[in-house]
Amino acid sequence: MSNHSYEPESFAFTPEYLEKAKAFIAKYPAGRQQSAVMPLLDLAQRQEGWVSRAAMEVIAEMLDMAPIRVEEVATFYTMYNRKPVGTFHVQVCTNLPCMLRGSDDVVAAAKATLGVEFGDMTGDGKFTLSEVECLGACVNAPMMQINDDYYEDLTAESTKAVLEAFKRGETPKPGPQNGRQFSCPAGGPTALTELKFEGGKA
Amino acid sequence: MLRDSDRIFTNLYGFHDWHLKGAMARGDWNGTKDILAKGRDWIIEEMKNSGLRGRGGAGFPTGVKWSFMPKTEGPRPHYLVINADEGEPGTCKDREMMRFDPHKLIEGALIACFAIGAHAAYIYIRGEFVREAEHLNIAIDEARAAGLLGPNACGSGWDCEVYVHRGAGAYICGEESALIESLEGKKGQPRLKPPFPAGVGLYGCPTTVNNVESIAVAPTILRRGAAWFAGLGKPNNTGTKVFCISGHVNTPCNVEEEMGIPLKELIEKHAGGVRGGWDNLLAVIPGGSSVPMLTKQQCEEVTMDFDALRAMRSGLGTAAVMVMDKSTDLVRAIHRLSRFYWHESCGQCTPCREGTGWMSRMMGRMVTGDAELSEIDLLEEISRQIEGHTICALGDAAAWPIQGLIRAFRPEMERRILDRQAKTQAA
Repeated sequence: MSNHSYEPESFAFTPEYLEKAKAFIAKYPAGRQQSAVMPLLDLAQRQEGWVSRAAMEVIAEMLDMAPIRVEEVATFYTMYNRKPVGTFHVQVCTNLPCMLRGSDDVVAAAKATLGVEFGDMTGDGKFTLSEVECLGACVNAPMMQINDDYYEDLTAESTKAVLEAFKRGETPKPGPQNGRQFSCPAGGPTALTELKFEGGKA
Repeated sequence: MLRDSDRIFTNLYGFHDWHLKGAMARGDWNGTKDILAKGRDWIIEEMKNSGLRGRGGAGFPTGVKWSFMPKTEGPRPHYLVINADEGEPGTCKDREMMRFDPHKLIEGALIACFAIGAHAAYIYIRGEFVREAEHLNIAIDEARAAGLLGPNACGSGWDCEVYVHRGAGAYICGEESALIESLEGKKGQPRLKPPFPAGVGLYGCPTTVNNVESIAVAPTILRRGAAWFAGLGKPNNTGTKVFCISGHVNTPCNVEEEMGIPLKELIEKHAGGVRGGWDNLLAVIPGGSSVPMLTKQQCEEVTMDFDALRAMRSGLGTAAVMVMDKSTDLVRAIHRLSRFYWHESCGQCTPCREGTGWMSRMMGRMVTGDAELSEIDLLEEISRQIEGHTICALGDAAAWPIQGLIRAFRPEMERRILDRQAKTQAA
């Protein structure tokens, strides 16, 4: 049997998260509260860093679901961590558009900087490194996601720089790391150059 | 080239304010009440006349889809579900629309809800788009506070709520019936069709599922008129489209262009051309990972629209153009896509669950040439056994890139196998 010693005895939403959970349940029609299982699993993960068996049981109770139905959902979707992960979950995309733009270098730099392989957590519990499928930022490839933010247009050097900054306790600015404006062509737009709007810049 | 004044997504690059005030300055929410006052039939007819074909990949006419919904609301409420589960490799357009033009989507949701008789819309956004979901939620709150959404939306007498539902990392939920299952709080496994969602969808109720871009362009189409939209592009392939150009180009980008723009022009005008020049081009996957690749020769002539790409046995798909220059290991590239489909197969249908694994493992050996020549035919045969034999199109999507590779680059696959065999014999 695999070791589940990290599974806690119990789980409870904090009052703040419980309020959020109730707000999610209210988004769905009466009697359709099962729809809130995904947002509630996400909340549990935001609170604890991962989704424990105890959390799934609490959610099952809250939504009047069989615990196995909650577990089915929690194991079907890749974003639910079924074991503890580091404070910073570093997810590197290696799908084709990123591969074409050098994700091999990003992967190598991430592994070297963190000193771990895919699927592993650093000894201090700060980072978990994962390989992921397409994250939908393909014209800003290669990229990685760290917790809720995308770091894009990476090179080996900028990958290292971003991760080193996290190590120092800083939060580097998300988005393109090469100075370009989101998905606009580097060097300036080839479209949307003639229109003027009131309301100013973002 | 498309004129700026004909572009719909005027904040595609996030240069301007995406909040309500900025959106209104760019024309969003202008005269929405008047559009709704023209009635459901007018809206659906106008959408049909615009020629808009669904922007999620399949290209089904949006107005026709809306017309499938029951004309009057029975005991079962109607729902609009917006597919924002953008995950087709190469595709990153909906993300920009949601974070920089969220009000276009929210206004479109109201209009579409009205047209199909729904009082609630759910936007199912991929879980990784946390920031984009935040923008949507803020935009919804802004619209509600301004009376544009909620009870008596825009003073139209129609009540309409829009909710954001985040997914959690499953490509298959981009398939509309899997998305509905997921929204109901289950594993995202596709349903058998029929019944189609317009009859039995979310919670067993009549439901329309549309891509983000299809909904977000609707308000502009209705404001400027079907004739304006239909006047852009080509017959049966009308309007504008946001293209995502990634891979081996000098300046990868998203850009809104006219449907039917020549692929070469698209790459050269907006993406800075192929890295190392046009003659350095090897192949292009023109519509997201699920469509077969085009050779350089095909790329010279093809235009970017549903019909022209279909005629080349490929597809427009999501209009995600992945460019590969001569440095690309094509066999490895297709192997990577095979691995993706294996990972994302939901496991429901045996041909896909087992077959995607077989294909990925065989493709892995094709990368190093560790195979027999006859296995190329075997691989093709397996892909044909999967294609068309599954509930949803993921099986087809896994099969087509491999078929495309074999069709266009079989000699390269054979060369690797023969080289490997020669080396083994020499050793």
